[in-house]
Amino acid sequence: MYRILLCAMALAMAASARGQNVPDELEQLRQRVDHLEKQAAAKPATNAFNPDISLILQGSVARSSQNPDDYQITGFMPSSANSGGEVAPAPRGFSLGESELVISSNIDPYFRGQLVASFTPDNQLEVEEAFFQTLALGRGFTLKGGRFLSSVGYQNQIHQHAWDFQDAPLAYKAFLGGRLNDDGLQLKWLAPTELLVELGAEVGRGRNFPGSDANRNGAGLWALYGHVGGDLGESTAWRSGLSYLRASASDRGFDDHDAGGNPVTGAFSGRSALWIADAIVKWAPRGDATVTNLKLQGEYFRRSESGDLTLNSRPADYTSRQSGWYAQMVYQFMPRWRVGYRYDRLGYGSVSAGSFTSADASILLTAHNPTRGSLMMDWSPTEFSRVRVQLARDNSRAGVTDNQVLVQYIFSLGAHGAHTF
Amino acid sequence: MRTLLAALSLVALPAHAALTVLACEPEWAALVKEIGGDKVNVTSATTALQDPHRIEARPSLIARARNADLMVCTGAQLEIGWAPLLQSQSGNAKIQAGQPGYFEAAGVVSLLERPTSVDRAQGDVHPAGNPHLHLNPRNIERVAGALIERMGAIDAREAPNYRSRGEAFLKRWRDATVRWEKEGAPLKGMGVVTYHKNLTYLFAWLGMRELGTLEPKPGLPPSTAHLTGLLEQLQREPAKAVVRAAYNEPRAAEWLAERAHIPVVVLPFTVGGTDQAKDLFTLYDDSLARLLALLK
Repeated sequence: MYRILLCAMALAMAASARGQNVPDELEQLRQRVDHLEKQAAAKPATNAFNPDISLILQGSVARSSQNPDDYQITGFMPSSANSGGEVAPAPRGFSLGESELVISSNIDPYFRGQLVASFTPDNQLEVEEAFFQTLALGRGFTLKGGRFLSSVGYQNQIHQHAWDFQDAPLAYKAFLGGRLNDDGLQLKWLAPTELLVELGAEVGRGRNFPGSDANRNGAGLWALYGHVGGDLGESTAWRSGLSYLRASASDRGFDDHDAGGNPVTGAFSGRSALWIADAIVKWAPRGDATVTNLKLQGEYFRRSESGDLTLNSRPADYTSRQSGWYAQMVYQFMPRWRVGYRYDRLGYGSVSAGSFTSADASILLTAHNPTRGSLMMDWSPTEFSRVRVQLARDNSRAGVTDNQVLVQYIFSLGAHGAHTF
Repeated sequence: MRTLLAALSLVALPAHAALTVLACEPEWAALVKEIGGDKVNVTSATTALQDPHRIEARPSLIARARNADLMVCTGAQLEIGWAPLLQSQSGNAKIQAGQPGYFEAAGVVSLLERPTSVDRAQGDVHPAGNPHLHLNPRNIERVAGALIERMGAIDAREAPNYRSRGEAFLKRWRDATVRWEKEGAPLKGMGVVTYHKNLTYLFAWLGMRELGTLEPKPGLPPSTAHLTGLLEQLQREPAKAVVRAAYNEPRAAEWLAERAHIPVVVLPFTVGGTDQAKDLFTLYDDSLARLLALLK
């Protein structure tokens, strides 16, 4: 385009400027080339109007001493009728993980949009995120709408391929069904302060645990959160927050079994309230994470639920107060190599379900405090590739220890991802 | 909606009189300071001892992006891992891409090493060209010209002040450039090895020759195999020194320098990279002095 223009101009000038001497003409042409080059350089760096597209490929080979298909977190209401697979450890043997397609772009000067579609290994297509976000409200406000990873807690808004361990902390599995990505709206405000102060509110459909998709007008889930964060000197950055999440469940189904091993169909209707306190500290010498860096992260969950329970259609009043936490440390000891340890613990707390006992619903009503220890080491040749080995000793099931070993790969193709802190 | 926003904004503090600028790198913070003087409140998101490719959008940076009237970055995808996040998370309409409050230096400079094809197998290449453009004083001059206009457009009241300060800076800068080019003339043709292709503009300006990089491919850490190959290459075509930026890790440079029997020169790379490099002028003074010391 520019070249054609340039040739045309050069011809025109040559024709009209016969009288001038040649060096002058050359100098003029040189200036024009300079000018056009500068214009060409000013073109946007990313591919013009095309959105940024990236694709995440994941897979693993795993070995576990217990069957992942009958995974359960004893003492905690399962997150949905068929969700054993959602929160279970990686399948034994070779398996493909979720392949994620991420497409994002500014829509116009006022909005940005993003889609994260996930192809599951059993050939399903899931929409993990599909949202718009405002760019131009100003004054620190951002409105987000659609389906998105909730900003409650810390790890919830981190995409699975960016997690430091292959699976979610037990508290996320027990209290949020792995992670919360509801359909709804989020309004966020940043205070005009040097310290990061971020306040947000979310309302949503409550389509997933701890809510339940019900045909109702209005919202089935709402959440409030606040985060503060900043630097401690040049080398340390931190963020800490408190979130409150409230969901209404109606006939939130789950599968349990009685003392004889016979299947029991359970359902809960009522109110679920969850508090999350989170903190993360990242350290790198002089703030340069290239060679070594350290990441400490922990979250504490406290949930209370009250309402009506049915077990095989027999009703009872149900109340529970349960808690859980995890703490993890990941250290990059040299470029490309990181090691990490995570400890998980859930507290059974108090659960009452009328006259029902663990003989009627042994997952729900067996008093058990699950624990798990996980150790990982990963190697990342570049920002786009990672191979991880992870060992875990998992006492999610009462009286049973599941020893797990897995090797996982994560590759990302396409646009350079920008990962949140 | 507007009244709601207006009401909510009362909670926020009133805007400061001065222009608040978030520079992505220290060189642009220094340039903004030259143009704006005490009329601007400028901070840099990174220091000279941090690799600008590998920064995280940490909370303190999001808070600073929230409060900025102007964000001055290099562009050309240098900050692709973090600047877009600062923009999208800041809730600040002024600094979004395409707005006057977002300025990219690469937009007014012709970049070197623009790849004809882009493939990640080549390493972390930047499709728009080499983004480390600030080590050619002619580029600083171009960026300064555009930045004077931009700052004036955002803060019209202080525009004459920016223009007069900016013109005075440009005059001193052009004089200094002539001096540096004279002082640096003996460096012409000198062959050196670098860590990353982050000194390319400096070498191109001074007519020096980059014989190789310690990184096997842009963004990949030096490997023993690559360094061994480089050592063999240096035996055929000797280099005067291994030159690295202050933020590049020292070990690979020392390994090679020791075996090739040549010195390591650490350049400040940007303002604050050495004790001497306090502003843009001393950045160039110090860089030249460190290279010229090789000839003694």
